[in-house]
Amino acid sequence: MNNWEFGVTMIIVGMGGTLAVLALFAVFMVLLKKIFPFREENAK
Amino acid sequence: MFDAILNGLSGLGAGFVNMHWSNPVMIAVGCLLLYLGIKKDVEPLLLVPIGFGAILVNIPLAGLMAEGGFLKTIYNMGVANELFPLLIFIGIGAMTDFGPLLENPKIFLLGAAGQFGIFLTIGLALFFDFTKLDAVAIGVIGACDGPTAIYVTAKFAPHLLGAVSVAAYSYMSLVPVIQPPIMRLLTTEKERLINMDSDAPPASKTAKIVFPILITIVGGFIAPKGLPLLGTIMLGNLMKESGVVSRLTKASENEITNVVTLLLGISIGATMDGPLFLKPQTLLILAFGFLAICLDTVCGVLFAKLMNMMTGGKINPLIGAAGISAYPMAARVVQKEGQKYNKFNFLLMHAVGANTGGQVGSVMAAAIMLSVLQGLGLIP
Repeated sequence: MNNWEFGVTMIIVGMGGTLAVLALFAVFMVLLKKIFPFREENAK
Repeated sequence: MFDAILNGLSGLGAGFVNMHWSNPVMIAVGCLLLYLGIKKDVEPLLLVPIGFGAILVNIPLAGLMAEGGFLKTIYNMGVANELFPLLIFIGIGAMTDFGPLLENPKIFLLGAAGQFGIFLTIGLALFFDFTKLDAVAIGVIGACDGPTAIYVTAKFAPHLLGAVSVAAYSYMSLVPVIQPPIMRLLTTEKERLINMDSDAPPASKTAKIVFPILITIVGGFIAPKGLPLLGTIMLGNLMKESGVVSRLTKASENEITNVVTLLLGISIGATMDGPLFLKPQTLLILAFGFLAICLDTVCGVLFAKLMNMMTGGKINPLIGAAGISAYPMAARVVQKEGQKYNKFNFLLMHAVGANTGGQVGSVMAAAIMLSVLQGLGLIP
């Protein structure tokens, strides 16, 4: 693999992968807040 | 007898006789780092041991970085095997509050955009004929995260460790100088005035406890090569949020981090041996590191502008600059800039959320980078 191919691969997979994974984490966070809401816990 | 005395005397001052021209230059660099740390309060916890390490290693014939030398022993003990950055990560995790991020999960995306500079810089470094692994080590300066930069560089480009570490920590401390002009250039006054509401409910304690466990498992399966980085930061955070191991949390935040910072700093300084460090390549690395952080800021702010458009003007694009990992400097910069234009605008909590997102983002970016390298067969 030459430098050009490697660079393009890194940019596409790296930027896309980081964005996709963090978007997935954000979805998990929304779900976590729905499953374990703040008020319910306070009531306990 | 006279010969013996002369021979004996020749041993004294042997350092001067065996000095390379680069040694006094690097001793001066070490003194400059000490000056910045002591007098200007620029990352003193790191620059003082790094500066002193640079002085020590540039005194000839002391053999501190020769096999068995005391600096080499410390280096092998914790830098060559990546132990020190990981121990520091436990402390960082123990000090990080993901609460603001959990309150507003969509700003997690800014933590991803704030890492784009890493990958763009890798492309540029390759264009300048750096080898693939060297380019990766240079790009990771853009993570704005010392331990991540050290972890990746020590593993794949140890000959660049001194330059990359110094660049990473120096530019981190220069974030308040580097970011504001870029933020002003890329935003309109109207955008800078946007007031962000904070009516989202806070995250529950259970959500805060489950968060690091979930992220470790999912992130680990996606990019296993970065699990040491992700796992240690999340372990530290789990200890903090669980509240049941306060002794371990305090030890991670204080004693362990302090001792490791000292050992890490001095061993990084020890990699700044004049003949190896003073090369045109080092200047290029410093320039690329600067560029990486500028690109991170540009991408973060532009992405925040995009989010602002998509949410109908609810996101102040300034907070995009906090998507880098320099915590909490980047968040403070955003708050300060925001208040310049609207003194009743409190962007701090949103910026802290983006900033902690940037911490996870930098770790995930490194993890993805390592996993891609493994996928391409460039690393075992």
